[in-house]
Amino acid sequence: MSLNRREFLKVMGATTAAVAFPSVLIQGCKRALQKATERTNVIWIQAQSCSGCSVSLLNKLEPDIATVITEYISLNYHQTLCGGTGHAAIQVLENAVKTNRKDFVLIVEGSIPTKSDEYCTIGEMDGRFIGAREWIQKLGANAIALVAVGSCATFGGIPGAKIRATGDNPTGATSLQKMFPDKKVINIPGCPPHPDWMVGTLLHVLLKGMPELDEYNRPLMYFGTTVHEKCERLPDYKRGRFAKHWGEEGCLYLLGCLGMDTGCDIPTRKWVGGMNTCTGCGSGCIGCTEPPFPDYGNRGIYKHLMASNDELQTLHPEIASTVVKLKNGGVING
Amino acid sequence: MAKVLLDPITRIEGHLSIEIDVQNGKVVDAKSKGDMFRGYEMILKGRNPVDANQITQRICGVCPAPHGIASSKCLDAAFGIRANKNGRLLRNLILTADYLQSHILHFYHLCALDYVDITSILKYNGTDKKLLAVRDWAKNELEVKKNRQDAITAVAPFLPRYEGDFYIKDQELNIAAIAHYLEALDVRLKAQQMIGIFGGRTPHMVGLVPGGVTQVPTRSAIRQYKKFLKRVEEFVNEVYFNDIIAVAKAYSDYFKIGKYTNFLSYGVFEANDELSQFFFKRGVFDGKKLQEFDSSKIREQVRFSRYNSGTNLHPYQGQTNPDPHKGGAYTWLKAPRYDGMPMEVGPLARVAISYLSGHKEVKQEVDALLKVFNADIDAVFSVLGRHASRVIECKLLCQKAYEWLDELEVGEMPRSTYEIPEKGQGEGLTEASRGALGHWIIIEDKKIANYQCVVPTTWFCGPRGDDGKLGPVEQALLGTPIADPKNPIEAARVVRSFDPCIACAVHIVEGDKEIGTFKIC
Repeated sequence: MSLNRREFLKVMGATTAAVAFPSVLIQGCKRALQKATERTNVIWIQAQSCSGCSVSLLNKLEPDIATVITEYISLNYHQTLCGGTGHAAIQVLENAVKTNRKDFVLIVEGSIPTKSDEYCTIGEMDGRFIGAREWIQKLGANAIALVAVGSCATFGGIPGAKIRATGDNPTGATSLQKMFPDKKVINIPGCPPHPDWMVGTLLHVLLKGMPELDEYNRPLMYFGTTVHEKCERLPDYKRGRFAKHWGEEGCLYLLGCLGMDTGCDIPTRKWVGGMNTCTGCGSGCIGCTEPPFPDYGNRGIYKHLMASNDELQTLHPEIASTVVKLKNGGVING
Repeated sequence: MAKVLLDPITRIEGHLSIEIDVQNGKVVDAKSKGDMFRGYEMILKGRNPVDANQITQRICGVCPAPHGIASSKCLDAAFGIRANKNGRLLRNLILTADYLQSHILHFYHLCALDYVDITSILKYNGTDKKLLAVRDWAKNELEVKKNRQDAITAVAPFLPRYEGDFYIKDQELNIAAIAHYLEALDVRLKAQQMIGIFGGRTPHMVGLVPGGVTQVPTRSAIRQYKKFLKRVEEFVNEVYFNDIIAVAKAYSDYFKIGKYTNFLSYGVFEANDELSQFFFKRGVFDGKKLQEFDSSKIREQVRFSRYNSGTNLHPYQGQTNPDPHKGGAYTWLKAPRYDGMPMEVGPLARVAISYLSGHKEVKQEVDALLKVFNADIDAVFSVLGRHASRVIECKLLCQKAYEWLDELEVGEMPRSTYEIPEKGQGEGLTEASRGALGHWIIIEDKKIANYQCVVPTTWFCGPRGDDGKLGPVEQALLGTPIADPKNPIEAARVVRSFDPCIACAVHIVEGDKEIGTFKIC
């Protein structure tokens, strides 16, 4: 296959990539791809997942998902898409483990239960049910690259959240990085991650090597700026116009929007082919690309910042006076 | 007798395995096993009730919209509010788009490979650019990777698969189906975009909240939704419908396989502002007569599930302790029962209940299809009946969605406001594309004291009940002919026709050692 610069940038999605890829590098990428007639092997394991990342992957536009799996990669195992069932499917993993393959990228979706393998099993090998943890441990040790997609595999996500009463977690759900503390795991968080983030990062790894990562091993090209910086409601914030109810115009900060704390480019990238954004639809950012999601200490996802005077004290002084004015209007919950 | 294990059941959501006993070429016993547990309800306790709206959507990435809506509805009930007109209509429109994407994905991308011979693409000699590209890719894969050490699988993820003489042989039909597989990828994306327009994003809509949604309906949003709806409608009526008929003609024995006749539907797509009437009707059918639905008759039993806690409890009284090594237990799924009976839920149940309730459009569609096959209503309660019910739903919803769009009040509030009460409880019933979905919440000190979900896949993939009576999928598998126990594709076809979604099903198996029994307050 061949890929000109424009096509390549399309794959990577939007403008940030244009800066990251001077044309001279693209030529090298092209050659690399042409040489790689055997499309890089990808094994995609779903552990404690909801399949939301996979559904999001199917929402890839330009190129569509059919192009991705026929031209860019060889998707050797993906439970939701593969033709085989039972042993016809699981033999792929079994062979990869037994022959000690070292030539594939391992992508993990979903958190990994560590308290008991019984909490998530995938097929059997030699007459024994195999836990997702064991597959990942064995395959991950040999993989050329480890990629965690979605907030569950990157940081634990909702299955990794705390039980409020005990601070414990039901299944010991953990992230891919914690399974492999000595290896570099590329984290593509988001609940779900945008398909551009997944395909773009993967191609970067295949064509150009490791992209530049932030302190949580997230590609900077997608997670380097906050929602707030790119927000379509930023002018409202600057003018001190705050929404008091969901669905109203104005900055959503007082409704508990986490855009200021969240690295993510959705306000400009937008969901499903430019249809909408989290802030645009009036709900606000729920901070799903950040490690503390969904606990945020004891804050939780939704926290109306006008609920109490105590919280008022903790507000950014710049907007505190506006809050007081709004508070006199009286909104308690949403 | 041969024990045959299908593990994992792929091309469904989540981790499911099926164990069947085959005797004289037929299934004589079956066990349906849910293989994953996350403990969602344990995590929900003690949180802000509104967080449930987001957290429960993450139960399932394939059907987050129904979970979001069920959760919103149970919060509405607990907060003592009701969605306003825009809220009701927008929820209907989001759910409509969700049904469309889910049904299309289910038939083309999850089920079709059980019938269609994907290798027929190698013999393609037409001129369609997309198909030629797929052919060349498949050929290249097979040639380049032949005998190569560095190839894990060729033509992945479509191969390997069950091999045998059971795929469609008609070359033209196969090629058309492969073309539609590709086209359906694009069409399901259109339906996903429709969700995004009013839901903010997808999967996991941020826009679903108690009282309605956050997105104010604008003229341009409505126009855009309509544009995509039209494209999906064309595909449903001209392609999907005919493909169902073609598969049914090629596999007419599946009108007699996977039979089941207990049906439950909560009713869905609220048709009035009081939220008391539904487009698809509410009701229960026990194989003999139609009954009124009463949610207090729902119970969950755990004799064969990995819990050592009380059995036969209403969701409000959820009392469950996980016990991975419980003797005799074989699944993480509980066994929901309605008035002591196992129930099939899903498109077939909805269509059957609506048909029996005298729903004019549903009756018209079902009767027209039966005429094509010269069959009586009994044929509907089968593998093919399930597939046909999905396309009938798609067709009717496409028509109905235009009315809902026209009823929207442009620029007006999309929701009612609320205050979180100190105490309260609520029940939220809706229908996911794959069947009846209920959420139950108890609020204390403005926090979640208990949260329970009973989801579609638990209804139909659940194990034996306390009385030892098989769950719907297990029962439907009995008698299924298995030609080759090494390639038991017939059983896979039966299981997939239900559209299992195991992430949903297993989250409900929750345990809590701190709080034992929960009484209705």
